[in-house]
Formats: sequence, C-alpha cells, structure tokens
Amino acid sequence: MVDITITVNGVIHSLSIPDNTLLSDVLRENLRLTGTHIGCDTSQCGSCTVELNGRAVKSCTLLAAQANNSSVTTIEGLGTPDDLHPMQVAFRDNHALQCGFCTPGMIMTAIEMINDASEPLTADQIRAGLEGNYCRCTGYQNIVKAVLEAQTQLRGRE
Amino acid sequence: MTTKTGIGASVLRKEDARFITGTGEYTDDLSVSGQVYCVFVRSPHARALIKSVDTTDAEAAEDILAVFTGEDLRSDGIGDLPCGWLVKSRDGSDMVAPSHPAIATTYVNYVGDIYAMVIAETIEAAKNAAELVVADFEILTPVVDVATATTAEQIHENVPHNQCYDWELGDSAATESAFANASHVTSLDIVNNRLIPNAIEPRAALGNYDPASGSYTLYTTSQNPHLERLILAAFVNVAPEAKLHVISPDVGGGFGSKIFVYAEETAVIWATAKVGRPIKWRAERIESFQADAHGRDHVTHAELALSGDGDFLGLRVKTIANMGAYLSTFASSVPTYLYGTLLSGQYKTPAIHVEVKSVFTNTAPVDAYRGAGRPEATYVVERLVETAARELGVDPAELRRRNFIQPSDFPYKTPVALTYDTGDYEASLEKALNLANYSDFAKRRNESEANGRKRGIGFSCYIEACGLAPSQVALSLGAGVGLFESAEVRVDVTGSVTVLTGTHSHGQGHETTFAQVVSDKLGIPFENVTVVHGDTSKSDYGLGTYGSRSLVVGGSAIAKATDKVIAKAKKIAAHMLNSTEEQVSFDDGIFKIPDSNESLSFGEVAFSAYVPGNFPIEELEPGLSEKAFYDPANFTYPAGTHICEVEVDPDTGTTKIVSFVAVDDFGTVINPMIVEGQVHGGITQGIGQALLEHGIYDTDGQLLTGSYMDYTMPRADDVPDFIVDTTVTLCTHNPLGAKGCGEAGAIGATAAVMNAITNALDVKELAMPATAETVWRAQIGD
Repeated sequence: MVDITITVNGVIHSLSIPDNTLLSDVLRENLRLTGTHIGCDTSQCGSCTVELNGRAVKSCTLLAAQANNSSVTTIEGLGTPDDLHPMQVAFRDNHALQCGFCTPGMIMTAIEMINDASEPLTADQIRAGLEGNYCRCTGYQNIVKAVLEAQTQLRGRE
Repeated sequence: MTTKTGIGASVLRKEDARFITGTGEYTDDLSVSGQVYCVFVRSPHARALIKSVDTTDAEAAEDILAVFTGEDLRSDGIGDLPCGWLVKSRDGSDMVAPSHPAIATTYVNYVGDIYAMVIAETIEAAKNAAELVVADFEILTPVVDVATATTAEQIHENVPHNQCYDWELGDSAATESAFANASHVTSLDIVNNRLIPNAIEPRAALGNYDPASGSYTLYTTSQNPHLERLILAAFVNVAPEAKLHVISPDVGGGFGSKIFVYAEETAVIWATAKVGRPIKWRAERIESFQADAHGRDHVTHAELALSGDGDFLGLRVKTIANMGAYLSTFASSVPTYLYGTLLSGQYKTPAIHVEVKSVFTNTAPVDAYRGAGRPEATYVVERLVETAARELGVDPAELRRRNFIQPSDFPYKTPVALTYDTGDYEASLEKALNLANYSDFAKRRNESEANGRKRGIGFSCYIEACGLAPSQVALSLGAGVGLFESAEVRVDVTGSVTVLTGTHSHGQGHETTFAQVVSDKLGIPFENVTVVHGDTSKSDYGLGTYGSRSLVVGGSAIAKATDKVIAKAKKIAAHMLNSTEEQVSFDDGIFKIPDSNESLSFGEVAFSAYVPGNFPIEELEPGLSEKAFYDPANFTYPAGTHICEVEVDPDTGTTKIVSFVAVDDFGTVINPMIVEGQVHGGITQGIGQALLEHGIYDTDGQLLTGSYMDYTMPRADDVPDFIVDTTVTLCTHNPLGAKGCGEAGAIGATAAVMNAITNALDVKELAMPATAETVWRAQIGD
C-alpha cells in the first residue's frame, strides 16, 4: 500500500491505495469522478485524459502514486452546467459530441493544446494536436470547429 | 410553431449538458452496493477440443467467490444464444446453425471464445485467479480463409461444408439472357474487408438479483434493451420477462456492435443469482477486438452487362459471406435481406441475380456494423458502374444519369424484392457535381501532375433500405420478432410532456430530435418535453436502434401518439368552449373555434384533463396520456451521391482526401445540425474502411489486429472537412416524411474513395484498405 495526497478539482484527498493503482482508478473508483472514461486501457484512445499539474495526461497509464502531491483537474472540475468552461460551451454549440464518451478526454486535450500554444493554432494544427484522442462518432470536423471557436474565446481572455 | 426549436431547426442538444460536464452515466460508471467483479477466461486457440477445465486452484485463490464453466450454465438450464433470423437456402431448406453456448463446453471456436468465468471481490483478484484456470485443449486445425471455407475441415458437427446457407435472389434465367445479349460485360473481384466496430465505450454489464422478489436487473451497453430482455427470457431462460429489468443507460456508441445479445451479459446476469452479489464486467479493449461482433467480410465476384449504348442490362453477383464461428443475433440477415435486396442501387437494371453462400470460420462472429449489408451492396454496384464507365470511355456521371430510376418511375419495383417509394437521384447527383466543382476536375488533375501527384475523382450513388421494418415482411423472411416501434406521450397536469420510446440513443441525439417533433406538433416549448428511453420498466416495448430506424419508425410512433393526444385534447377543448370537436381547430398550441375570440392553451386543456371539473366526464376518461405502436408500411429509401477527390503521392503511396462531397436525400430533416453530424461520422467510418481499417487473422486464426496499435481507425488528421448538403423527396408512407440518416455516410463513402484512388492510379482493382503500401505497390504495377 502507498499513501498519497492529491488535489483533485481543488479538493485535497489523502488516500492509502495499493501500489499498482492507476490514477484513472483513483479518480473513478475512490473519488467516484466517473467523467474520466476508460476506452482502451493502453493510452491510445485518450478518453481518460485529465490535467496533471497543467499537462494533459492519460490517466489510465499513470500510477496514482506518480501523482502524489500533484494537482489534477478532471472534466468535473472544469465547469458546471450553469458555469461552463469556454471549451465546454464550444463543444456543445458546435455539436462536437455525439455519444459523449470521448468528450471529456477531448476537452481536456483541447484545453491544454490551446493553453500551450504561443500563437493561434490553425485547423490543421488542431487536427494534429488531437491525434492522441479517438472519436468514433463525429468525424472530428465539429470538434475542430469547436476548438477553433474556443481558442478565440480563450485567447481573447488573456 | 416557432421555427427556433421545431421541426427543421438546428436545436442544440439536451443531452450535451451532462456529457460535457462528465456527469453522463455509462454502465461502467454505475456501482451497486456489494458489487463484485467478473473476468472471462478466453481461448488462446482458434479451434480446440476442451478435454477438461480445472478450476480448483482458481477457486482456492484469495477473494474468489466462484468460478463457472459452460457446464454450470448448461446444467442450470441456460440456453444457447440464438440468431433471430431464419434464412432459407435456395433449395428451400433452413439455414444450419451450430450451438452457441455463452460459455463453451466442448469446443472453443475462435480466439476470445469464453470457456470460464471468474468472480471475485476485486477486479485484480479475478484477473489473478483467471490465470489459474487450467484448460486441457486438443488443438485442432482452424478454418480461417472465407473463400475456401466450404472445402476446409468441418468445424461444427451439424454443419456440413461449414455452410450456413446457400441463398439466392432474383431471376437467374432472365439475368443469364441479359448477359447473352450484352455488348459489354464489366467484371470485378471484390473483397469487402473485415471491420471491427470499436465504439469507444467498451461493452459492459452490471447484473443484480433480488432474492426477495426473484427479479433481475441488468444494466448493459445495449442498443435495444427490450430485445435483450426478450432473448434472455425466451431463449436463454434466465427468468421470465416480467422478472427481468434491462436498462441501457448512456451508451458510448454502438454502430451495430451493441445490438446483439452477447455471452458476457448473459453469464453475468445468470451468475448474479448464483453468487448472491451484484456483478460488474467491463471489456478491456482487447476483448472488444476479440469478441465484439465484427462487420463486412465478403468475397464477391460481380458482373454488369451493358448494351452498346451503355444501358444496364443485367447484374450477376456471387458472394461468400463470413459468419465467423457462430451465428450472432442478426448475422444471417445481413448478407441476404440487407445486401442482395439493394443490388439494384439507383438504377433501372432489369435483371439481377445474386447468390450468397454464408460460411463459418474460426473467427469472431460477424454481424451488422454501420450500414450492415448495404455498404457491401453499394460497394459492388458502384465499383462496377464506375469501372464500366471507364471501360466504355463514358463520363461516370453520364453513365449513371442514363441508368437512373427517374422520379416518374416511382413507386419502382426492383428485380430484387424492394419497392422504392420515392427519390430524385439526378437532383442529388447534380448538386454534388456542383459542390465538387466537377467541371474543373481536369484542370486540378493537371495541376497535381505538375506537382508530381496523381489526382483521382470517384463517385458513389448509393441507396439504402432503412426504417426496419414492416413486421409482416420481416416475419415472412424469417425474422423472429416484429419490427414496429412503440411510444407513449404523457402530458402532465401543467402541460409539460414526457415521451417514452422503445428506441435507444447512443449518440444520435433522440432526446433532442424527438422533443422537437413533439413540441412542434403540440405547440409547447421545446424545454417542456422530456424524452425517456433505454429502460424496459419505463417504455412499453421497443425494438431499439439500428438500421436508421429510430426517427422513421420510433419517431412515427411518437407522432402517432401525439396525434392521439391532440385528438383527445380537441374533444376536451370542444366541451370547454361549448362547441363541437369538428369546430375546434388546433394550431401552435392554441385551441380555437371559428368566429369567436375564445381560445384555450394546450396547458389549460391538459389541466382540465387531470382536474376534470369542466370536462366531458360522461364521454371521456380523465387524463391525457396516449400510446401508439407504429408498424411501417414499407422500408424507407435514403439515397444520395458522394464524390471523393484524392491526391496520391506516387513516391510513398500516401493518399490524401482533398475533397469529399456528400449530398443526401433523407426526406424530412428534423435537426439539420444532428443530421450533418451523423453524416460526418458515417463518412469517416466509410473512409476508415477504404484507407485504414482491416481486421486480420493469420492462418492459425490468431487476431493480428487486436489493439489500437494494429487496427487503424481514422484520427483527426486522417480526414478532411466534408462538404455536406441535402436534397429532399419526402417518404410517402410515414407521418414524418423522414427516411433516416444514421448509416448513409458509411454506406456511400467507401466506394467513392476507392473509385477515386483507382481513378488516380488508373488501375481496375485495388484491395481495401488502400494503405500506403497497397497504393504504392499498385502504382508501380507490383
């Protein structure tokens, strides 16, 4: 067993967990934050993407112990239906989701991509940046539209 | 009705609020107090005799509740997993199907076939104990190649030649005569590559048994919870229907693969009573690859006979279709009723004959995947037509135009059993040609050539039969169930409405679309309509969502129930207005009588229905809630033109899709935003089949494409922005005039892409997927 302290969506949690517990399991099982989804178990689909100390990471291939003393933001920490993050708004407004399963991971990846960019990203750069996230429903076109729209919002806030 | 939220408006989706905030509830997100976990032990061999299964060590492991084998289910009276469609061979005999136990007892027949299940307090304990289950297998030679399966070693004792059926459709003699009179015959050998559906949410099940009532609750990732319940009750014998409560909560994509009743949820729901604890199972992705039903996998020889003027005279198709190791729930219908019947395409081909042999192999079961039979049919027809145009030196658009069924020809009875109700194929072709700027293609090709690239353009004028299905037609063809849909429209005391449907939404946005239909018809705010689906204890009944049926069949049932609500409300309003039912008009949520200023809102009438002071209580029962069952009179026939333009780099074989245009006729469109999204997603899956995706077994029956590292689906940078538009002819036989849109992209796109690449390379045939290696070899003539 290993003791970890982890801040998730602004709340500090101290947990004693088996050494091999994945970050995704801590989020989903221990903290019941089930918005982080498991699509492939092998970090190829991106549904489990969360923000760890400001970086988008795939939580299904990270040990929770590696996140000790870290700050994690999941989809539940981004916004509420009454107070949405601009990326959430853009996904809704552009019909960038259908079944919704990949959506939390897509949104977390997209936010980091925009935050990371020194210059506004082109549609092609956004497509390249989403390379680690599978969506089987949308064909990506509306996701790219949403990220472009959110980018305008987010950069405008700077 | 306001156009902002009614029929035809791009209303933002109700369901998105939970999905974008991570508060959706998918099966694996649910937990029940006391739940334990299940792991399935799967065959590493494609074909083997199970001599024994020793579970002793596994049962003795830490935190283990039980280890079950196939014998445990069999001895408890659990039946085989059935196939719902009985197809007959051309000699009139019934198809032959092997026994399909949820957990194998005597033989394992594909890699991933289950031979034991382990139930433990934790998932880790279950996984560890699964390693301790020892099976003594006698490894047998597997049958893997579909083309030679009928002459290979027999897999199942009761299935000679590994053949499920030998089916035919159409007039053989007329077709032979058409070929005898042809001045040109175009022929193609076509492999429709095996696909693995890969909804991003893996399949999952959470079963719970209540010993006090003897009832079971199953949460599962199903596209059709009522059908799941019916099969588990009537065929598998888990419990009577009334004791089985099946809930499909939020489901993360299906594409057909979640229609079927699988071994895993069957074993879970049975075992939950045995161990007296709720049991959860969630597939790992490798299990999705190994054990979700796969799609397509046809080998076909097809020929088109033409006159000297380019008129289609006859079409002759011979297909071998892979069923995999067992018959999945709908498997037998896919390469027959959903394939052979579509071979007329958009054309007046007077004589068609198709033969389909379906065979068993030691691979995962094959069943419906987005489009299901219709993509395979479209691929055959549209590759042939394009090839014929090239061989005859005719513009491929012109050859199609010459042979199109014309608007004046409807209703049009094809030589392969369907009657198309309506369409205007030239309209969608012309619109697509304009959007694709076809007239300037030669210029663009020259520019590409100057840059060392090869450019090609390809068409696909597809048709599909959707809105499954007229029950009597389906039953006469061997279906085990009717294919109507049910609906209930419950008006609350204050005039808000709850709509219950037997269809299921797993990405399609029914909560929005169906609310638009009802709010539009009742003239009430869109926000006041709530749609409920996916729960056998709430909706009366339903056959679920597949075959682009939800709006056209389920939506029609909703429209019908809504009309009944309006009819009753008119009677109430007539009483309240001291008038007659005939005098009362209802428009935009207001009841009126002629030459009077008096009117009533829908809410006022609803209130009176539940607080029946001013109410015709002698004539009517109180309340305002109506049900309807809708059985379609015919299939619907969405159709359209897809045009794909590609640029190939001859040095690397890399194909870039530079333009993709889709013009579809879906009849009435309720929500254009949602429909466009469905088309985008379908096209992307169609492009995936053409360029990237291929489920491959080696000669030992080992699945070589068992992960996302080996099976390539389109990622964001593999596809372009699509140009999507519609033309409209209204379906003539359902109350909405709608035809369905869920599969069109996947049906039309693949042939358009392959026609474009073969055009660019100037080759006749090219295997899918057209990977860089395949294209590079083809263009160097390898």
